[in-house]
Amino acid sequence: MKAWDAIVIGGGHNGLVNACYLQRAGLDVLVLEKNEWVGGAATSRELTPGFLYSNCSYVCSLFRPEIMRDLELPRFGLQVISYEGGAVFTRDGDYLANYRDHDAHRREFARFSKRDAEGYDRYSRDVTRQCRFIQPLLMRTAPDPTSFRPRDIGELLYLGKKFAGLSAEEMALTLRFWTMSISDFLDEYFETDVIKANFALSGIIGTALGPMSPGTAYVLLHHYMGEVDGSVGAWGYARGGMGAVTKALAASFKASGGTIRTGAEVDHVLIRNGKAKGVVLADGEEIYGKLVISNADVKRTFLKLVEEKELPDIFLRRVRNFKIRGSSGKVNIALDSLPEFPALPKDSPVYRADMHFTDSIERMERAYDDWKAGRWSADPFLDMMIPTTLDPTMAPPGKHFMSCFVQYAPPKINGRDWTDADRDGFAESVISQIAQYSPGFRDRIVHMEVRTPREIEAEVGLTEGNIFQGELTFDQLLFNRPVPGYAQYRSPVGGLYMCGSSTHPGGGVMGAPGRNAAAEILRDLAKPTLHMSPAHDVI
Amino acid sequence: MAQATRKKLVETEVDTALDARTAAQSHFRTLRLGTPFQPRIDALGLKQDWYSWAGYRAPHSLWDEELEYFAIRSQAALFDISPMTKYRIEGPDAEAYLDRVTLRDVTKLKPGRVHYTAWCDDEGFVLDDGTLFRLSPTRFRLCSQERHLPWLLDSAVGYEVSVEEETEAVAGLALQGPTSFAILRDAGFAGVERLKVFDLAEFAHDGATVTISRTGFTGDLGYELFVPADKALSLWDRLMAAGELRGIRAIGYTALNRARLEAGLIVANADFTTSEHAIRTDRLRMPDEIGLGFMIDPAKGHFNGRRAILEARAKKKLRHVLVGLEIEGNIPAEHAIVYYRKSQEVGLVSAAMWSPMAKRNIALASLKRPYGDTIVDDLWVEIYAMRELQYQKLMKKAKVVQRPFIKLDRRTANPPSDF
Repeated sequence: MKAWDAIVIGGGHNGLVNACYLQRAGLDVLVLEKNEWVGGAATSRELTPGFLYSNCSYVCSLFRPEIMRDLELPRFGLQVISYEGGAVFTRDGDYLANYRDHDAHRREFARFSKRDAEGYDRYSRDVTRQCRFIQPLLMRTAPDPTSFRPRDIGELLYLGKKFAGLSAEEMALTLRFWTMSISDFLDEYFETDVIKANFALSGIIGTALGPMSPGTAYVLLHHYMGEVDGSVGAWGYARGGMGAVTKALAASFKASGGTIRTGAEVDHVLIRNGKAKGVVLADGEEIYGKLVISNADVKRTFLKLVEEKELPDIFLRRVRNFKIRGSSGKVNIALDSLPEFPALPKDSPVYRADMHFTDSIERMERAYDDWKAGRWSADPFLDMMIPTTLDPTMAPPGKHFMSCFVQYAPPKINGRDWTDADRDGFAESVISQIAQYSPGFRDRIVHMEVRTPREIEAEVGLTEGNIFQGELTFDQLLFNRPVPGYAQYRSPVGGLYMCGSSTHPGGGVMGAPGRNAAAEILRDLAKPTLHMSPAHDVI
Repeated sequence: MAQATRKKLVETEVDTALDARTAAQSHFRTLRLGTPFQPRIDALGLKQDWYSWAGYRAPHSLWDEELEYFAIRSQAALFDISPMTKYRIEGPDAEAYLDRVTLRDVTKLKPGRVHYTAWCDDEGFVLDDGTLFRLSPTRFRLCSQERHLPWLLDSAVGYEVSVEEETEAVAGLALQGPTSFAILRDAGFAGVERLKVFDLAEFAHDGATVTISRTGFTGDLGYELFVPADKALSLWDRLMAAGELRGIRAIGYTALNRARLEAGLIVANADFTTSEHAIRTDRLRMPDEIGLGFMIDPAKGHFNGRRAILEARAKKKLRHVLVGLEIEGNIPAEHAIVYYRKSQEVGLVSAAMWSPMAKRNIALASLKRPYGDTIVDDLWVEIYAMRELQYQKLMKKAKVVQRPFIKLDRRTANPPSDF
């Protein structure tokens, strides 16, 4: 019976990144994907004829350019296109836009507050400083602070040196950034509700916390440290939808000789004498491998795919307590024409940007209150965009695909599972909010896909539908992600590794966990990593 | 009937508010605004060579940057300074407030006077430099390169003072050069001859008031004029008409930049990085590190950054120094690295040119102390001169010299002369 060098469970972007690097290092790698298509949460699916849906993740910024280059993703069709800034519609019929042009941005903010308009530079400076501190850590394995291995000591020193290199003011800011709420943080820079709401959204996306919860300032940072071709903080569309990322990865993997099996759901990891020996599929088929790498989140991996008896108590307890809380859903819509927003001039660049309807921190927090009470938000927070205004490949000319990320949606409704009626009610809360700002919106809808945490977990496999495979709060970052002592992609089971977003540096279609995990695996195999670019310089 | 009229009035009001909002939103269609003088400048901008000055469409050069420079030094040059950030600071505590915010002693600044000053954050790092105009005992105008409204408003807590940004409302012109005085006099600004350097006075213009100060950024005889935006064009026309026989020309920034370098003046975010924009914290500068130490008056009361600045002085923590350099040869050393003994990197040139007035190759450079401070010998600059797709590398000797690089008697002569 053939034994693969490595079996990757899950064909999401991190699983594929990991597989690509291992295959290119000379290993014989098999990727197993339960769905009939690869991509995990980075997919483009034709759910109605002529329309491609980025039906889970929908924008790209964090995906590391080093990985795109190493794995030759442009050659396999990946293109990321920057989009315009964005806007928040206000309830009085106006809007606040973010323009890419610095001075237009300032003039726009000055419509609401001259002070806030001029305060933006300081805000932007401080956020940029923090991003520059964190960015170099993304492509490095987090040190184990309890280990005395020279490498861990070296990495700790690196971290310490970086921290010591900060000025006293910056150190204070760093600690505040990692612990504050986004609402408190923004209060230090801005006075206007809508302007604060405009920035706060990056602090809550994908997180089961409200803008007033401590820890959300870091989440904002996480959304700012990406780039589109050197333009740090910029976001873009993957041409052809987010599936273009995983499609390119799959093609790159196959071109280097890798094997992908779809429709192959792993039931459990085969473990003998504390060592992973392969996997058993849902249909009972056994596949053997010297290494098993799980792209699934840490809960799914260790609570479903591995038998409890194989794991130490404390590890299990920590995995159980790891916070992966469902907080969001998705409504994906095919439109027969571009929606109109009377508040927005017809030639506004905002049509090619992200749009929001939550114009105050308080409304955001109230939406979170509904989550705490175990129901979807009556007045939800939407991150809405129409990628087809820039991407001609996703819908026929004149027709559009609209992606609505919706928050908050709890993993359970009042403690019970979601029903179809709940799902419809959730969708209605979204459509009625859009229709308030865009009369006639309902008539443009050709087809709609509604995904609550139930659908996301069932289809993609993300526990509770949490988009980051675990919340990005400071207690779950760096050497604590996902579990203290196991932050270096290894697990208590020999030969079983993790490579998903549950690991450092976290989610957001970054690819860094998959790449870093590959580096650790190759280190264990004493194989060179010459095909892996080091992290780009931050100068 | 009355009710119908009222309803109509309310509707009209709503319409007006909506129209105002729509108009305010529309700025996204014009990424580079015109200044109040734009119609005139557009007509003269034969080169269509624009850049963005704080979001305004400003000319690098209008027709010939060399000749525009010589217009400053030989006749009179008209330069639009409207994009400069302007704050109106007014109230019974305005003097005390500005004394607290800025470095220089504002109690010594008399009404009708202007001084060049700078302001720092609490760590003593320079936020910006600029000019402070005292228009009356309780009214000031602060002009600067960058924007500082949050800083200025936060600092105003506890003072009876109002701070208002008035960049768009007030148009500004610099009239610089040997014939600038004669032009103002001929234009009918009676009494302008009484203005000494750094004096200001108000004059009638087109039913409004123009503030004229004997200030400028060229080291030459010159004036700056501030006028309500709606009187900008008539002021321009008045000066152009009066200056026709005295060689007045409109100019762009390239020419002005040369004149300011000869005058040894620094530009924020060109010769130093302002503290609210410095992402890398080692780029922050204290006043003593960019040649503005003379502004600090330890004898005056508390001012922002005082503790940090005095501590840095006492503990000798000042790391940099900004100096004027005279470099051998005639090849401008723009952005060249400065070396000690041709090998040890000690600084960077931020601005450089061949000075037509000094007939010397001059530069401004930031050096790491003690170089440029106590060690001034054996300094060199490495010039990479791109010539037809090849770098000609030159290692040239540099001498630390006093600024300004040129001193023109006509700048300060009283009464000012006709040319």
